[in-house]
Amino acid sequence: MNLHHQFNSPFATLVGAAALCGLLLPVTAQAGGVTAGTLIENTAVASYDDGAGPRTINSNTVTVRVDELLDVTLTSLDPGRVTTRPGDAVLTFELTNQGNGPEAFNLLANPVVAGNDFDVTVRAVAVDSNGNGVYDAGIDEILTGSQTTAVLAADAVLTIFVLVTVPNGVTDTQTSIVDLNAVAVTGSGAPGTVFAGAGVDGSDAIVGTTGALATARGQLVVGVANVELIKSVVLRDPFGGTSAVPGTVATFTILARVSGSGTINDLIITDAIPAGTTYAPGTLAVDSVALSDAADGDAGEASNAAGIAVDLGDVASQTSRAVTFNVTID
Amino acid sequence: MTTFKTFTLALAATAMVLPGAGFAAQAAASPIVLTGDVKALKVTTEADGSERTDLVEPAAIVPGDRLIFGTEYAHDGDETVNDFTVTNPLPAAVRLAPDADPALDVSADGGKTWGRLAVVTVANADGTTRPATHADVTHIRWVLESVSPGAKGRLSYPAIIR
Repeated sequence: MNLHHQFNSPFATLVGAAALCGLLLPVTAQAGGVTAGTLIENTAVASYDDGAGPRTINSNTVTVRVDELLDVTLTSLDPGRVTTRPGDAVLTFELTNQGNGPEAFNLLANPVVAGNDFDVTVRAVAVDSNGNGVYDAGIDEILTGSQTTAVLAADAVLTIFVLVTVPNGVTDTQTSIVDLNAVAVTGSGAPGTVFAGAGVDGSDAIVGTTGALATARGQLVVGVANVELIKSVVLRDPFGGTSAVPGTVATFTILARVSGSGTINDLIITDAIPAGTTYAPGTLAVDSVALSDAADGDAGEASNAAGIAVDLGDVASQTSRAVTFNVTID
Repeated sequence: MTTFKTFTLALAATAMVLPGAGFAAQAAASPIVLTGDVKALKVTTEADGSERTDLVEPAAIVPGDRLIFGTEYAHDGDETVNDFTVTNPLPAAVRLAPDADPALDVSADGGKTWGRLAVVTVANADGTTRPATHADVTHIRWVLESVSPGAKGRLSYPAIIR
């Protein structure tokens, strides 16, 4: 800090001195406290009666300057584990300059964390340039080089994205952690460490309670869904039995069972009509709801030549859909 | 500043260049001299385990730090003065420390009204009032009925950087 002693004219009035001290310093209330570089001035005023009438005198003014506190916090903004599959994924963090002065922070994403089922590759660290909370490729700035944020004002909050690639070969429910570290550019270390002259306007910079560094943890979980198709057939012969003779009706059921986590998108079930049989028109159904044979508005179509096709759309894991159709043995 | 009493330029210049000599110059006009300071408390543990507290020049200061704002007065004149009142405005960047002497005469309205903190109130926007807190204090003053020639003393209050 700097200490200045200056002697005022001893005859400044009480009103004047009070106004000076009260108004000279616009102080903004901030989480990080009084802004670094703020001057704190102390001037006392005395009034007395020496028998010849009231008099007023001022003390000298002592000025101290508030030094820069280096503090940062970092938190994950993801509501929990981010469900992912092999390929690109985004982890979202929030950095807050908890200090009382402008400061930039170096960021480092570490994907190799003990206990990981697999390690991702960090493609880039980006900042939420347009402030919408969602990573927008080509819009949000990718940090390059030492991955340093812009200088953030005291109390400023920055959303940060860590862009990762999940490797192929991961399996459902496997998890991975990515640690993001932020360190004040001016310096970090044990609370109370002083970086002389490194603060605002040549003030000192002092490490605050956070150590001027922070780590937050982003978590990924693999959600891979699997489809299992189980085909079965029930025979009903013309005599009420179950033998396969000409005229026997065979009812095929294709059960699509989705396991794992996540969702199977655009699941289409197709099947050919077996040789030696003929499709029984109007028997196509999904979950016992009839579908027309024509290629029309509903999800299914069926013909002797082309077989059957049913578009199940998106099917969530832990659910099953059953497609049924009949054929007659020639 | 709106009002200045007339004073010679020569004396003012002396006060700036040679502060020590300035006191003598002031004494010619004012028998009492005020000297302000801003100190930090340094607690040292002695070999016998007892703690010693010293007032030191503040090192690096940051929000949350504690400072002692002091004013020393010295009466170098020949006549006893009466109604000696020292007023110390709190800089906006600090608040009165919670452990400040509850008997201090404080103001929370810029020096218009005074009292112990326990009785001072602050006006709310809706016209009601609430008890003042340490953070509301804008001024502190000390009133001495009389100061004899040769008397000196130190007046101080503890504050926390906001």
